[in-house]
Amino acid sequence: MSDIAAALETRGLERSFGALRVTRHVDFRLEPGARHALIGPNGAGKTTFINLVTGALTPSAGTILLGGADVTALAQEQRVKRGLGRTFQINTLFRGLSVLENVCLSIGEHRGLAGGLFRPAGSHRDVLLAAYALLERLRLADDASRLVRELPYGRQRLVEIAVALGLEPTVLLLDEPAAGVPSAESGIIVDVIESLPADLALLIIEHDMDLVFRLARRITVLDQGAILVEGTPQEIAADSRVREVYLGERGGR
Amino acid sequence: MSDTPLAAVVAPPPHDRPLPEAVRLLARRHRPRSYEAIPWLVAIAGYFAFPDYLQLGAQVFIAILFALATDLILGYGGVITLGQAAFFGSGAYVCGIVSAHGWTEPLTLVVIGAAAAALVGLVSGFVVLRTSGLTQLMLTLIVAVMLGEAANKATSVTGGANGLQGMVISPILGIFDFDLYGQTAYIYCLVLLFLGWLAVRIIVYSPFGRTLTGIRESEARMHAIGSPVFRRRLTAYVISAALCGVAGALLAETTSLVALDALSFERSGAVVIMLIIGGLGRLYGAFLGVPIYMILQDRFAQADPTYWYFWIGIFLLAIVLFARGGILGLIERAARLVRK
Ligand SMILES: Nc1ncnc2c1ncn2[C@@H]1O[C@H](COP(=O)(O)OP(=O)(O)O)[C@@H](O)[C@H]1O
Ligand SMILES: [Mg+2]
Repeated sequence: MSDIAAALETRGLERSFGALRVTRHVDFRLEPGARHALIGPNGAGKTTFINLVTGALTPSAGTILLGGADVTALAQEQRVKRGLGRTFQINTLFRGLSVLENVCLSIGEHRGLAGGLFRPAGSHRDVLLAAYALLERLRLADDASRLVRELPYGRQRLVEIAVALGLEPTVLLLDEPAAGVPSAESGIIVDVIESLPADLALLIIEHDMDLVFRLARRITVLDQGAILVEGTPQEIAADSRVREVYLGERGGR
Repeated sequence: MSDTPLAAVVAPPPHDRPLPEAVRLLARRHRPRSYEAIPWLVAIAGYFAFPDYLQLGAQVFIAILFALATDLILGYGGVITLGQAAFFGSGAYVCGIVSAHGWTEPLTLVVIGAAAAALVGLVSGFVVLRTSGLTQLMLTLIVAVMLGEAANKATSVTGGANGLQGMVISPILGIFDFDLYGQTAYIYCLVLLFLGWLAVRIIVYSPFGRTLTGIRESEARMHAIGSPVFRRRLTAYVISAALCGVAGALLAETTSLVALDALSFERSGAVVIMLIIGGLGRLYGAFLGVPIYMILQDRFAQADPTYWYFWIGIFLLAIVLFARGGILGLIERAARLVRK
């Protein structure tokens, strides 16, 4: 096959909030097995793009394809069933539940057990063990019984990733996974991302340029809702327009 | 870190090592605890200790069942509701109306009342659960008000403001007639409360119940892990409505009367206050909140017949300010302190 379907593709994606065009005709391809970074200044529309792709927001126009199939009309949960996983820029976790149960919820949902009314959740031993194994892999096992809201922020960022990995996604969207984490602690997060399965298509939004250049083999720059340029890390680093809109403005972050 | 594929990571590890503590804790959570016997022992003791108050006891059980059903949707489901009387009243009225028309077998009447309430839950839930916050609150309220108004106007069917007349209830299982002392009513309501509690308990600890808690904790994340949030909520709403309908039907059967107050706003409001006092989303909040509310209401009404509701309000404020999680929340915190 000369033209394998992209793991994720958008065509002419548009979204406005009132008069504000936050996503402008975005044509984007994420290849299977990709390590792709989406960068751009604050307010460029990166998070909005993720929300459009997952179905958390409805596009004003355009098409979204997962594995070549049009999913634009599908609800969030149906896109997840097709392998789409995500994390949130701002922790969006089950704060009053334990770390282990946070992951159990996503694994239970992924395995189609979550609608069960009669058997106790705790009797699904395989779900519990799978969740625990995942926590061990993310070095979260020591915190398994602690409530998420009692964890330090950096650990909560790891739980964000753990909950998404519980879905065994084929396309994973990470929205600033290391945002707000002291660099001493972000090492674990980078390790985890680097050890993701090779066939997983990864899109990562990140502000830390060292991290981006370390993780990404391809970079897309978003500016004011539109794709400014896309290329290899070397091409992006050398691009003068990128320097202007983005790298030059880094001071604040 | 190694390059193990994700599938291998999520697969269960070999079974020869002991279960990690965290896993064992979750695997054991649903098992019965000794303290769970307390309400039932108290109820059984009450039968022998207070033979003159069995009618009142039956009404307390009905109120607890109503509160328990409400907790499922309010405490666990996180749906803000001030209209639970819609389901209670539907159960009561349909049970009463069917009985007045000649079908008098009490157990099937309960099922009929529950089915009617479930139907109201399904239809109203379709609209109510598409909204959130204040809109949702107002919609739940409006559903109850509309049903109340309908019951008020349809005098030929419901008896309107005079209440429904002419109910006849056969003996339970053809043997136990409802007696003047309330012995039958007490045991009947206690058994049905127990069955209702068992159902709620099973649901709360089921994967479905856990997803309800998940939705309450973070709806956005539930969407992101592929949960059909609306369907889950609607299911919970219908189950809650059905159980409220059981409580309503029991009221109709034990008093042989259905009046407009079955659908009243006071009933919807009181059940929420009872749960806040006892502790929301805690399975036993209803068992504590209902008796405490009833005792307070009785005391305050004696001390200050005009403004007793004001004092209930003050008490509620104190709970919300100083004892979040209600009485049960206080007990939980005390238990944690003792253990430390
Ligand atoms: N729900 C919303 N309503 C109105 N404006 C929004 C909403 N969400 C995002 N925006 C606006 O869209 C722009 C892009 O936001 P966002 O996608 O979060 O940017 P980024 O993630 O790149 O920092 C910002 O100007 C933001 O204020
Ligand atoms: Mg963002």
